[in-house]
Amino acid sequence: MADTPFQVAGREAKPVVRISMGEVLTDAFKQLLANIQDYSLMAGRSLANLASGPRYFQDILDQMDDIGVGSLPIVLMAGFFIGAVMVLQTGSQFTRFGQTALTGDVVAIALVRELGPTLTGILVAGRSASGIASELGSMLVTEQVDAMRAMGTDPSRKLVTPRVLAGILMLPLLTALNDFIGLLGGCVASVFSLRLNAVEFWTRAINALDFADIMQGMMKPLVYGFILATVGCYKGLTVRGGTQGVGRATTQAVVVASVMIIGADLFLTKLALYLGDKIF
Amino acid sequence: MTPHSEENHTGAVVAFTNVKIGFEEGDVLRGVSFEVMPRETLVLLGETGTGKTLTLKLAAGLLRPNQGKIEVLGQEVSSMQEQELLTYRRQVGFVFQEGALFDSMTVGENVAYRLREDRLDEDEIESRVQESLRFVELEHTGEMLPSELSGGMRRRVSIARTLATRPPIVLYDSPTAGLDPVTAQTIITLILQLRDVFGVTAIMATHRLQDGFGLARFRFDPESKRVVRLGSDEGSAAAARAEGDEPATRFMVYRDGRVYFEGKPEELAESKDAYLQKFLV
Repeated sequence: MADTPFQVAGREAKPVVRISMGEVLTDAFKQLLANIQDYSLMAGRSLANLASGPRYFQDILDQMDDIGVGSLPIVLMAGFFIGAVMVLQTGSQFTRFGQTALTGDVVAIALVRELGPTLTGILVAGRSASGIASELGSMLVTEQVDAMRAMGTDPSRKLVTPRVLAGILMLPLLTALNDFIGLLGGCVASVFSLRLNAVEFWTRAINALDFADIMQGMMKPLVYGFILATVGCYKGLTVRGGTQGVGRATTQAVVVASVMIIGADLFLTKLALYLGDKIF
Repeated sequence: MTPHSEENHTGAVVAFTNVKIGFEEGDVLRGVSFEVMPRETLVLLGETGTGKTLTLKLAAGLLRPNQGKIEVLGQEVSSMQEQELLTYRRQVGFVFQEGALFDSMTVGENVAYRLREDRLDEDEIESRVQESLRFVELEHTGEMLPSELSGGMRRRVSIARTLATRPPIVLYDSPTAGLDPVTAQTIITLILQLRDVFGVTAIMATHRLQDGFGLARFRFDPESKRVVRLGSDEGSAAAARAEGDEPATRFMVYRDGRVYFEGKPEELAESKDAYLQKFLV
């Protein structure tokens, strides 16, 4: 008999399945490990593909154009303003001690070592990781990836490797331009706000930098480029749930890539400082 | 078109033996066995979610079965590694439900895709692309993007893309789904042409019984370039010209992950089974 008005008499009520919090956490942890495993395999394969053919040079160039040239305006604009803001912030403190001339030193070191690479990484992640995830996700839900496989093409070689290689090659170049434009923004701010001499600013900024700083600033974007491209590809190629899933994957790609870049920054900084002491 | 020569010991071009596949939600195919003979067309019927598309993807090596053996063109697909599968898939054409054209490429580039992958001479590619597009009567669309085409045109381009590689086997996934009757008939005529002109062996998953009967009751006569009814005077004349080589069409109906019916079109048409009757209405 029915226990509640919503139950049909004569039918068995659906058994209430109680899932403990422990089971939920265990399942979530297992899922996380499975995702990390899949991501690692895909990322590893994207680099291993470089060792053998077929290689898609035109796709690599297209992706370099998209990730590199396409990201240039936002990277340059953000770099200019960050450099200028850095000068205003540090300059206001140095003014209290009459040491405004040191502004160039601080801005150069901060930009080249830290702000330039990380900011570029996060900006390009926002633009390109999301773009990669949505493009590949759309291809997946419209069966274009399956069509590619059905025609004997390995999507890992055709879709993932060109994007990863383009990310690795383009990020250091974008970072170098970001650093330069950031210093230019700092110079403009210091000339107009702190009344510093432009030549003095550039001289101090360049003298403040040594080889270890440049190495640190150029090593990080290599890793950031790899992270943003692989995360974008992974999220795109693991889309579930149609077009709604594509939207979700796009958001997740930006969030995960940005967090991973900031997390990687900590370890890369420590490594770069160690290498700077030991080698450079 | 090169006729397929590699068959298994029973002479079948495609052979499924006790194939099972399932996902988190449960088993979809629960022990499916069937064979497709050379130049035969197997029409796969079933309700949504009964595993028609899965069967095609298994035959194309896009999915791996949990259990069972799949042999295509004398090769055991179910035990191949991914690298071997990439080579194998080049021998099998797949027409996806919505066409699955690469939307960032033009129609011409879509049709030329596999040929460029094989690094064929550009002149050869151009002529094969034109030939394939002419076959589907879309030679004027070469520079257009897939988004500029109608649903029916996209399916026709998808058939042209498949034809460009000259595969001995073509798998059609609901090629007429969502199309108006006239366009659907155009697609079926193209499938008839592929079968009767190029001798393609095919598996066609569909919801529409009339598509299957269209393939079973008609043939394309390459001489008169017309579709003629089998059994009619014209059909007999066409068959005589083709040395009496009648194309065979068989139907297979899935139910609950198993083969519920397998037989000739007339056997299906005359069946009194209540479940099969649902498809005949």
